[in-house]
Amino acid sequence: MRVLVIEDDRETAQFLQKALKESGHAADLAGDGETGLSMAEAGEYDILIVDRMLPKLDGLSVVKTLRGGGVRTPVLILSALGEVDDRVKGLRAGGDDYLTKPYAYTELLARIEALSRRAVPEEQETRYVVGDLVLDRLSHRVTRGGEAIVLQPREYRLLEYLMKNAGQVVTRTMLLENVWDYHFDPQTNVIDVHVSRLRSKIDKSFDKPLLHTVRGAGYMVRDGAG
Amino acid sequence: MLDRFSATAWTSTPFRLAALSIAAFLLTAAGIVGFLFWQTNTVLTEQVLSSLKAEVAELRRIEAGGGVAAVADLIKLRSRPEGPGIYFIADQRGTKLAGNLNRLPPELDVTSSGGVFHYEPATGVPGAKRLAVAIPVRMALGTQLIVGRDIEEQRSYANRMRNVFLLGFGLLSLAGLAGGLGAGRLLLNRVEAINAASRSIMAGDLTRRIPLEGSGDELDGLATNLNAMLDRIEQLMNGLREVSDNIAHDLKTPLNRLRNRAEAALRDPRGTNAHREGLERTIEEADELIKTFNALLLIARLEAGVLDENTETFELGRHVRDVADFYEPVAEEQGLMLDVLAAEGPSIVANRHLVGQAVANLIDNAIKYGVRGQPQGDPSAAAETDKSIRVSVTAQKDTVEIAVADRGPGISEKDRERALKRFVRLEASRTQPGTGLGLSLIAAVARLHGGTVRLEDNAPGLRAVLVLPLRRPAG
Repeated sequence: MRVLVIEDDRETAQFLQKALKESGHAADLAGDGETGLSMAEAGEYDILIVDRMLPKLDGLSVVKTLRGGGVRTPVLILSALGEVDDRVKGLRAGGDDYLTKPYAYTELLARIEALSRRAVPEEQETRYVVGDLVLDRLSHRVTRGGEAIVLQPREYRLLEYLMKNAGQVVTRTMLLENVWDYHFDPQTNVIDVHVSRLRSKIDKSFDKPLLHTVRGAGYMVRDGAG
Repeated sequence: MLDRFSATAWTSTPFRLAALSIAAFLLTAAGIVGFLFWQTNTVLTEQVLSSLKAEVAELRRIEAGGGVAAVADLIKLRSRPEGPGIYFIADQRGTKLAGNLNRLPPELDVTSSGGVFHYEPATGVPGAKRLAVAIPVRMALGTQLIVGRDIEEQRSYANRMRNVFLLGFGLLSLAGLAGGLGAGRLLLNRVEAINAASRSIMAGDLTRRIPLEGSGDELDGLATNLNAMLDRIEQLMNGLREVSDNIAHDLKTPLNRLRNRAEAALRDPRGTNAHREGLERTIEEADELIKTFNALLLIARLEAGVLDENTETFELGRHVRDVADFYEPVAEEQGLMLDVLAAEGPSIVANRHLVGQAVANLIDNAIKYGVRGQPQGDPSAAAETDKSIRVSVTAQKDTVEIAVADRGPGISEKDRERALKRFVRLEASRTQPGTGLGLSLIAAVARLHGGTVRLEDNAPGLRAVLVLPLRRPAG
C-alpha cells in the first residue's frame, strides 16, 4: 500500500516511513500542508496520514480541499488535540479516522489497514466466515462447527467487528470506538474482559482457537495458529 | 420580568433611595412649616395681647376718673353679643356687673397675666364653644374684670392652613414615590439587562456583551467598561487555550518520539530479553504519563470551555445503563454486583461523550474501591458483606441525579471536599492504579454542564452523585 505522510516533525515522519517500510508499505513524506496537498492531488496513494497542525496550510484545510476537489483517498488525521470535539471537527472536515498523539505504531498500522480495506466498496456481505465459525448478519445467529453459540447483543457486535476485520489486528481503542462508540479512556482493562468472555464462548470447547491476542497490539480473528 | 420586578420592588435600590429622599424632604418641609406656624401664631397672639393691654390701660384710666361704675357702664356699652370683644366685670362677691360672659371662665386663672379659654357665645348654636384669649384685671374694692378677644377665626384659619399643608405633603410624597419608582424601574430594567448578560457570561458564554443604550450616560459608561473588561478576559482565556494547545502539541510530539523509539528498539532482533522488558516498562510508563497528561488537558479545557454545539439530545437513563453494562464483566471479575436502577429517560441535552466519561469514571472508581478494606478489618466478615454497587438515575424537578453507591471503605467526611481536587489521592487509594484525576474530571464535566458533584456516606461505603441540570430539548 502506498502511504503519504503529511507531518511537520521530521523525526516522527521518518520513523513512520521506516516503520511502514518494515511492515511492507511504501511511504512518501511531505513536511507542510501545501506540499502535502499538491502531492496528494497528484500522486496515487492508498491512504493519507495527515497531521492536524501543519505549517503553511493546516491539516483540516488540506483534507477539506482534497474532499472539495473530489479526492476520495482514505485519510487518517493525527493530532495532539485529543478531545471528542476536536475529533468531531476532524471527521466533519472529511477525515475517515482520527488518532491522538502520542499513539502506538501498532495502533496506527491497524487503523490504516482497516481504512484501506474500507475504501474497497464493501459488498453487502451477509455472512462472515472464519474457519468453522459462521456469523449470519441477517439472522444474527452464530455457529461454530454447526453448533449454535448464544451471544449477548454486545458480544455479537464485538464478534461481528472482529470477523469483519478478520486477519487484521484490531486494537482495544478501535473496539472501544467502533463497537461501543466510546471515545474516552475506560481506565481499566474492560475491553480485555469483554474479549475473554467472548473467547470463552467461541473458543473454549473447541480445539483450534480463532480469537487471538496480538501482544502489545490487540486482537485478531484468524483461522490458523496465532 | 414583571414578576421579578414586583418581587424585588420593596427592597430595590431605587425604591429605597426614593423613599429616603422623600422622607428627608418631608422632614425638612415639616420643620420649616412648623416654624412658620409657630411664628405666625406668636405674632398674632402678641397683636391680640397688645391691643388687649391697651384696652386694659384705657379702662384703668376710666376707673381712675369715674370709678368702677364708669368702667361697668362702658363695658355694658361695649359688650355686644356679636363681636370680637369679650368682657366680664363682677364685684367682690362675684356678682356680675356687666359684660357678655355669664360667669368667670373656670379655665382662666385670675391671678395670671392672661390665658386662653373656651366659652359659649350668647348667640349662635348652643353648645358650640369658641376659643378666646383674655387678660384678668383686679380693680379697686375687689372688683374682677376680664377683657378678652375671640380668636376662633384665627384658630380655624390655622386649622385650614394645617390641613392644606398635610394634604399637600401627602400628594407630594405620593408623586415623589411614583416618580422615584418610575425612574427606578427604568434603571432596574437596564441593570437587569446587565445582570442577564453577566449570568450568561458566567455560564461560560464569553462572547456575550452587555447591550448599550447609546445615551452615553453613567450606565452606558459602566457597560462600556464591563465590556472592555470582558474583551480582556476573553482575550486571556483564548490565550490560555492557545497556550494549552501549544503545550499539548510541544510536549506530545517528543512523547511520541520517545514512544516510537522504544517501539522501534523493541522490534530490533538484536535486543535481549532484559532489554525488551525494560522497553516494555518504558512504554507502559510513557502511556501512563500520556494518560495523566490527556486528563489534565481535558480538565483544563473543560474548565475554560463552553458547552457549545457539541451537545446532543439523548436518553440519559439508557446511556448510563449502557456504560454500566460495559463495566459489568469487570465488576463481576472483582466479585461485585452492578445493580442498575434507571429508566430510559429522562431525555437531556448534554455532551454525550463527556457525560459517558464521567459516568465511566464513577463506576470505575466504585469498582476499584468498592472491594477494598472492611471497616473493622475482619477478613471473615468480607464474605458476608454486601458486594453490590448501585447505579441509579433519578429525575428531580429541574435536575437529574446519577448516583453510584458502593460498599467499600468510603471517604471520611473531612476528606470529601479534598477528594474532588486535582491529583488528590487519599491515603487509602495510593496503592491503586490511576491518575488521581478521575473525580476532578467528573467535577469538571459537572461544572461545564452547570451541575455539581456530591460525595455522600452510603453507610457504609461511598455514594457519589453527579447532578446535572435538566436542560430539556428545546420546544
